[in-house]
Amino acid sequence: MSVAVAPASAPALLLERITCAFSSRERAGESYTAVRNTTLSIAPGEFVSVVGPTGCGKSTLLNVAAGLLQPSSGAVQVLGAPLVGINRHSGYMFQAESLMPWRNALDNVLAGLEFAGVERDESEHRAGEWLSRVGLSGFEKRYPHELSGGMRKRVALAQMLILDPQIMLMDEPFSALDIQTRQLMENELLELWSANRKSVLFITHDLEEAIALSDRVVVLSAGPGTHPIGEYLIDLPRPRDVNEIRLTPRFVELHTQIWHAMKDEVLKGYAQSRRQ
Amino acid sequence: MPKADANSNAIVVPVTGQNAVAKRTAVRSLRSQPGRLLLYHALLLGGLFGFWYLMTEPGLIPPFYFDDPTRAKFFFGQPTEVFKRIWNWFVGGSIYLHLGVTLLETVLAFAIGTLLGLLFGLWLALSPSASTLADPYIKAMNAMPRVILAPIFAVWFGLGITSKVVFGVTLVFFIVFFNVYQGVKEVSPVVLANARMLGASGKQLLRFVYLPSATSWVFSSLHTAVGLAFVGAVVGEYLGSARGVGYLIHQAEGVFDIDTVIAGILVLTIFALILDFIVTRIENRLLVWRPGTAETEAL
Repeated sequence: MSVAVAPASAPALLLERITCAFSSRERAGESYTAVRNTTLSIAPGEFVSVVGPTGCGKSTLLNVAAGLLQPSSGAVQVLGAPLVGINRHSGYMFQAESLMPWRNALDNVLAGLEFAGVERDESEHRAGEWLSRVGLSGFEKRYPHELSGGMRKRVALAQMLILDPQIMLMDEPFSALDIQTRQLMENELLELWSANRKSVLFITHDLEEAIALSDRVVVLSAGPGTHPIGEYLIDLPRPRDVNEIRLTPRFVELHTQIWHAMKDEVLKGYAQSRRQ
Repeated sequence: MPKADANSNAIVVPVTGQNAVAKRTAVRSLRSQPGRLLLYHALLLGGLFGFWYLMTEPGLIPPFYFDDPTRAKFFFGQPTEVFKRIWNWFVGGSIYLHLGVTLLETVLAFAIGTLLGLLFGLWLALSPSASTLADPYIKAMNAMPRVILAPIFAVWFGLGITSKVVFGVTLVFFIVFFNVYQGVKEVSPVVLANARMLGASGKQLLRFVYLPSATSWVFSSLHTAVGLAFVGAVVGEYLGSARGVGYLIHQAEGVFDIDTVIAGILVLTIFALILDFIVTRIENRLLVWRPGTAETEAL
C-alpha cells in the first residue's frame, strides 16, 4: 500500500492569491469583493491566527480553506495537493451553534465516525473517551439545549478532534463565551493541541487571544478587498498559560506592535460599518 | 398604589408585586396538578351538557323563544337521547361496521397522504429546479377548493372506500407537503456545513440532518392532517356511500333526526381525539431533544 506523502517542505495549507467576489444583493450587476489577492501558508504543526476588523472577510477565507466556498480566483493546496470539493483533511469549528440539536452529546461527538462507517461499539467507546478528555464525562446523554454554551463548545471541539484532522480551522470559536470560560477553553485547546500538534488556522477579532495562542499572527486589512497587511512571529515560550502570558513584557511589546499596525484598519472598518 | 390612567381617567391598580405573583402561581399549579386540571375539564364538560339539557328538556323551564315547548328539542337534540343512541349503537353493535369503515378510510388517507407529502416535500426542497418548475402548480392545487373534488372522485372511483381515501389524501398531502418543504428549507446552514465537514455524504445528510430537522415541522402538520383525514372520510361518505359514520349522519339528517346526527358527530370527535393523542405520543417520543419550556418549581 503506497501512501502519497507530501514533500517535507510542503505547507499543510496554502491559499494562493485568493479572491472572492460576491454579486451584490441590493444592486444588481455590482459585485462586492470580500477578499482580494490573499496568499497565506501554514506549515505542518503551526498555529496561525488571523486577526482583522469585524466584517473584513475572515470567515470567507476560512470557508475557502474548508472547501465550503469556491474562490472567484486563486488556488488552495492541502498537504501539497490541490483542493477539490470539501477539505477532507481538515476539521472546522464554527462560531455559531453547529451541533445537531436532535443528537445527545455522545451521538454528536461520534457523528464523524458514524459517517465514516465505524462500528457503533467502537465509535461510542472513542466518543466517550473524547468527552472525558474535554471534561464532559457524565454528560453523554444530554442534548445540546441542556448544556451550557461552554459545554457545547467542548462537545464541538471533541466532535472535530475525534476525526484527528491534519488541519484545524477555527472561526472565532470562543467569541460567544464569557471571558472566564473563554480563557479556560483557550488553555484546554492549547493543551490538546500540544499533545498532538496539528496545523491550526484560527480566526479571531481578539488580538490578545491571537497572540496568546499562536506561533504567528496575520493581520488583515479592513474590507472590502481584504488582504494581509502584516505578519508577526510570536516567539513566546510554550507551554503557555493564556492568563499569565498576557502579563509578560514580551506579550505587551508584541501587542503594542501589532495593535499599532491594526489600529488604522480597525478605524477604517468601524467607519465603514457606521456608513452602512 | 392606585393611580389614574391618563387614557381612561379610571383608577387602575397596577398588577405588580403580590397580584402578579399570585397569578403566576395559579397558572403553574393548574399545569403541574394534572388531577385538578382533569377535574376542571370534567366540570366544564358537565356544565356544557347540563346547559344543553336545561335548554332542551320540554317543560323544565318556561318557553322563552319557541312557542312550542318541544321545539327546542327538535332543533338541538337532547343529551339524554344522544347518549341513548350512542349506547344502543355500541351495545347493539350496529355502529362497528360503519365506524370501522370510516376509521379505515381515515387511517389510509392519513398514512398515504403523509407519505406522499413527505416524499414530495423532501424531493422539491432538495431539488431547486424541480421546485421552480412545480411551484405554480402546487400553489394552484393548494388554493383550489378541493372539497369540490369529492363528487368527481365518487364518479371516478365508485362509492366504495377508494374515493374517500383519495379525497382524504388530497386534503392531507398539502398540509404535510408544505411543512416538510419548509422544514427542510429551515435547516440551519451551520449544522449542515458542520455535518459536511464531518464527512457526511449526500444520503447521510438526508438521513441524519434534513429528516430529523424536518421532524418537528412534520409533526406540527400531522395534528392538522389527522383532522383533515377525518373530514375527507366523512364528507366523502356524506356525498355518496352505503357505509360509514358519514352515511349514518346523512341518513339521520334526511328524517330530521338531530339526536342521531349529534351522536354521530360526538363519536367521530372522540375517535379524532384518540388519533390525535396517538400522534402526540409518537411526537413526544421522537422529539425528546426539543427544548421544553422550563418552569421553576414552587418551593
